Amino acid sequence: MDTALEAGRLGKRYARHWALRECSLRVPAGRIAALVGPNGAGKSTLLHLAVGLLRPDAGSIRVFGQDPHGNTGALADIGFVAQETPLYEDFTAEELSRAGSKINRRWDSEVVRQRLTRVGVPMGKAVGKLSGGQRAQVALALALAKQPRLLLLDEPVASLDPLARKEFLQSLMGSVAESGTSVLLSSHLLADLERVCDYVIVLNSGRLRLCGPVDDLIAEHKQLVGPRNGGTPIAGVRSVIRASHTDRQSTLLVRTTGEIEDPDWAVHDVTLEDLVLAHLAEGAAEAVEVAA
Amino acid sequence: MIEFVLDGRSKVNTYNQLVQQVKQALRVGLLAPGDQLPKVREVAQSLAINPNTVLKAYRELEIEGLAEGRPGVGTFIKHDLARAALPNQAQLREELLAWLKRAQDDGLTRDDIRALVETTMRAGFKRD
Repeated sequence: MDTALEAGRLGKRYARHWALRECSLRVPAGRIAALVGPNGAGKSTLLHLAVGLLRPDAGSIRVFGQDPHGNTGALADIGFVAQETPLYEDFTAEELSRAGSKINRRWDSEVVRQRLTRVGVPMGKAVGKLSGGQRAQVALALALAKQPRLLLLDEPVASLDPLARKEFLQSLMGSVAESGTSVLLSSHLLADLERVCDYVIVLNSGRLRLCGPVDDLIAEHKQLVGPRNGGTPIAGVRSVIRASHTDRQSTLLVRTTGEIEDPDWAVHDVTLEDLVLAHLAEGAAEAVEVAA
Repeated sequence: MIEFVLDGRSKVNTYNQLVQQVKQALRVGLLAPGDQLPKVREVAQSLAINPNTVLKAYRELEIEGLAEGRPGVGTFIKHDLARAALPNQAQLREELLAWLKRAQDDGLTRDDIRALVETTMRAGFKRD
């Protein structure tokens, strides 16, 4: 199977501070992957390494098998929407599309025209005069006009109102359905992501905490509630990700090996949000990686 | 053509909700064999969900024999829901009603009954 993105013990350092360290992961092609973690976790760093704007200080990163740094061939296959969707404010979408067609090897200006018409964004207005939601649509349309194999988005909906956010995600889903582009998008907004993403990468303090297909991870993790347990192994539990206790009761978020059949424990399903938050909590256990 | 909705608060995951809505539409006659299901792209876009989720739902319907994909055209309903012969169901239902009455007479509330059923199923339910 094609690998869209692969990192091997990837590290990036700013002076003495490692923004990203020992990061090894693999995202298969054809996925919509979420990149989540708190501010300063290393998300933007990972994206900038993937798009060749930064060079690794340790390890490697490959997009469809190629090193993206200074590699125009590889970069032609990557679309990037940076944080706050930076666009040249005085240019119109029409002009930006024309510039894009000159700069890029592969460019379909019809894509820009059709998408923006569909969402009612004027092509002849300076983008600086558009609303945040409209600007995000322009940035997305321009990135998609390249017909990339991998689309990277850095917090694309962070500063959008809920309607603009929904419209952006609708546009993105529609275009992925059409083109099969692989996507990696970083976001704080976990609730949105479960419907949109089928792969998740969780970073915290520059380290990888969780990586794998959403469906499998959710199926493998459960929340158990039962009598106070100080660490006695429970049948069917592979590891405890997070535990909290009262004097009588323990609540555990666990990774399972199969069904939990011990009748002492009430078993609850977890949402993606529950799972991510458990891994981001202080003192959370081992990093969990699941191959697709 | 039917339109899908999503219950964000439902415990049922997204692709199962889509499968259930198709079955419900079949049950009430909103869908019949030969009807086309909405295109994957349209569903993904209108609900802002991963297109793979829609594909998964349509694939499940194909596996169950309810739908069939025609390459380049779309996904179509193939069969009605089978009125499966479940001879024991009427009997089980009667017994359950009698049991429910006894539980209520004993003072159990709905939540008590649900909790009792769940814990007993966890401990004793035989899987095939």
